[in-house]
Amino acid sequence: MSGKTEKLLEIKNLYVNAEEKEILKGINLQINKGEVHVIMGPNGSGKSTTANAILNNPEYSKTKGEIIFEGENINKLPTDEIARKGIFMSFQSPEEIPGVSVTNFLKYAKNKITEKPVKIFKFREELKKYMEQLNMNPENMERSLNVGFSGGEKKKNEILQMLILDPKLAILDETDSGLDVDAIKTVSKGIEMFKNDKNAVLIITHNTRILHSLDVDYVHVLINGKIVKTAGKELAKEIEEQGYEKYKTGVKE
Amino acid sequence: MKNNIDEINRNVYDIKNKDEYEFKIKKGITKDIIEEISKQKNDPSWMREFRLKALEVYNSLELPTWGPDLSELNMNEIATYVRPKTKLNTSWDDVPEDIKNTFDKLGIPEAEKKSLAGVGAQYDSEVVYHSMKEELSKQGVIYTDMETAVREYPDIVKAHFMKCVPVHDHKFVALHGAVWSGGSFVYVPKGVKVDIPLQSYFRLNSPESGQFEHTLIIVEEGASLHFIEGCSAPKYNKVNLHAGCVELYVKDNAYLRYSTIENWSKNMLNLNTKKALVGKNATMEWVSGSFGSKISMLYPMSILNGEGAKTEYTGISFAGKGQNLDTGFKVVHNAPKTSSVVNAKSISKNGGACTYRSLVRINENAKNSKCSVSCESLMLDDISRSDTIPVSDIRTDEVEFSHEASIGKISDKTIFYLMSRGLSEEDAKAMIVRGFAYPVSKELPVEYAAEMNNLINLELEGQVG
Repeated sequence: MSGKTEKLLEIKNLYVNAEEKEILKGINLQINKGEVHVIMGPNGSGKSTTANAILNNPEYSKTKGEIIFEGENINKLPTDEIARKGIFMSFQSPEEIPGVSVTNFLKYAKNKITEKPVKIFKFREELKKYMEQLNMNPENMERSLNVGFSGGEKKKNEILQMLILDPKLAILDETDSGLDVDAIKTVSKGIEMFKNDKNAVLIITHNTRILHSLDVDYVHVLINGKIVKTAGKELAKEIEEQGYEKYKTGVKE
Repeated sequence: MKNNIDEINRNVYDIKNKDEYEFKIKKGITKDIIEEISKQKNDPSWMREFRLKALEVYNSLELPTWGPDLSELNMNEIATYVRPKTKLNTSWDDVPEDIKNTFDKLGIPEAEKKSLAGVGAQYDSEVVYHSMKEELSKQGVIYTDMETAVREYPDIVKAHFMKCVPVHDHKFVALHGAVWSGGSFVYVPKGVKVDIPLQSYFRLNSPESGQFEHTLIIVEEGASLHFIEGCSAPKYNKVNLHAGCVELYVKDNAYLRYSTIENWSKNMLNLNTKKALVGKNATMEWVSGSFGSKISMLYPMSILNGEGAKTEYTGISFAGKGQNLDTGFKVVHNAPKTSSVVNAKSISKNGGACTYRSLVRINENAKNSKCSVSCESLMLDDISRSDTIPVSDIRTDEVEFSHEASIGKISDKTIFYLMSRGLSEEDAKAMIVRGFAYPVSKELPVEYAAEMNNLINLELEGQVG
C-alpha cells in the first residue's frame, strides 16, 4: 500500500443477473493502482459473476450500479474494448482453440491490445523468458492453444497471457483451483512478476492456499451476492481456520 | 409447380431417346460441334474418334439422380457451353464487381486479374514457366499443356488418357471426353524426384481453358511429385459449367501429392472428376480446399491397387450464401495391407450447405488394410446446413476401420474468451475458423496457405452484423 492512491477500478452498488436470477445484490469495491485484492466466498456466492460482469460477458446482465475504470463507465462496453482499456481476466476453464498456436494467438492478441505491430524478435524473447519462469514446456509455444493441456498447463498459460498482454488490472478467476502445491507456487510467482505500483490484481478464490505466498492488501468476503466483510490479509487466515459460517449467518439466502 | 416438374421430366426423356441421327438438331451437342472442336485443336484422328465415341456415351447417360439439384443446368442449351472460342469471350466490363474487388483484396496484379477472368492475354508468368520447364526437362520430366502432349507424346497419352476415368463413369465425364480442352500433362520418369511443386497456375492457357480441362499425371516407379492446381483468386467464367477431369497414375513406390485450391466464381456449377490409381507401396495424397462455385460435386478417388499402397485425403469446403458444396472422398482398397486416412472438414455460413459424401470400399482381397475417416463440420449460424453421408462397403473382416463425424458451432464462451483478449467478435470468429482450417492450410505451400487464410477472412467479412 503506497502513500499516494490512484483509483483504477470502482464498482458502485452493482446488481447483476445471470439467466434471470439475481446473483450480485449491491457490490461496492474500489481498487487502486499498486494493490492486490482478494475476493473470497463459498461456491455460488457470486465471485465469478463479479469477474464476468466487469468484462461485460453478455451472459450476465447488469440491472443496477456502475463499473468505472480509470474514471470511465464501462458498464456497456463490448468485452474487447474493455480488454483494450487494460482489464484482463484469467479464466476458470480456459477455452480450447484448435489450429491456433500459443505463439500466434499471443502475437495476435498483443497486436490487438497495443494496436500496433509486435516486434517479432523481442516478443519471442519475452515469451521464452516468461515460459521458463513459469516452468512451462517450450514446446507448448507451437501447440494449439489449450488443446490437450492439463489443468495446470492451462492455468499457467493464462498467467503467461497476463504477463505478455500486461494489463492494468488482472482479474484471476479461480486460477488456483485444481492445482497442486508446486503449480500454485508457480502461479504466485507469475503474479509477483506481474505486479507493480502502476497495476493491480484482483484474485478470486474459494481457498486460501494461493495467499500463503502472496502479498495481499485487501481481502473481501462475498456471501450471497454481497460483500459482508473487508479487511487485511489476516481475514484470509481467519477464514482458513474457521470457514465462512460466521459470515453466512445473518445473510438472507 | 406441377407444370415445371413435368417439363423437366420431359426434357430428360428427350435426351434419353436421342440417337445418333438426332445429333444434328439444334438442342444438345451435335457431332458438328465436336468435329469443330477437334479441328480447332488439331487433334490426331484417334482423338477425334475418341471425342465422338464419348459423345455417344454422353447421349446415352442420364443426369445423376442424387446429390444437389442440377436443374438450372439446361442440358438443351449445353451446346452454348461447349462451343469453342469466340462465343466464350467476355470483356473486363462484364466481370462482376465482387470478383474484381476480391482480386484487389488478394493483391493480384492487373495482367493476371484479366487472365483469371478469362478476358486477358496470356499472363506473363510464361517466363517463370519456361525456365522451370528447362530445369525439369534435364531430369527427363515432361510438363506441358494437354494439347501439346496429345501431339508430341501420343503413345504415353493414348495408353493413359481416360483409362483411369473411363467416359462411362457418369454423364459429365462423357461430356468432358467429348469436349475437353486445355489442362496439364506431367510425366515423371522412374526414380526422379521433383523437388519443387509444379503449379498449373504458372501456365494459364487460353482464356476458355479451365472449363473442360484435362489433367494427366504419370509418376513412374519410385518417382515423386507435388502438383498444385488452381489458385485462391476467384476464377470467372461467363459460362457456368466446369467439368474437368484429373487422372493420376502413381506407379509402384512412387509418391504424388495433388493439392487444389479452388475458388470458382459463385455462378459456377463445378462437376469435376478426379481419380488416382495407386501402385504397390506407393503414396497418393490429396489436399483440397473448395471455396467457390454455386454447386460443387467433387469426390476425388483413390484406387489402391498395389499391396501396401497408401492414400490420404485432407480437404475443406467453405459454403456461404447460395452455395451448395457436395464434396468428399472415395477410396477402394483393392490389395492387401493398403491404408487410407481421410480428414474432411466443412464450414457453412449464411445459409450455405455443405455435404460430406464418401465411399470406402474394402475388397475381399484387401486383408490387413486400414482406413480411418474423420469429418468435422462447423456451422457459423442457424440457417446453414451441414450433412454427412458416408457409405462403407467392407468385404473382409481382417481390416481396421474407423469413422468419426462431428458437427459443431462456435460457442459464445469461446468468443467471450477471445474477446477478453482484445479480439473483436469478427476477429474471434475468423481466428476460430482459420484454426479449424489449419490442418488443411498447413499441408499447403506457405504462399497458398496465406492465400487461403485471406480467403477465409474475405468470406467471413461482413458476416457479423
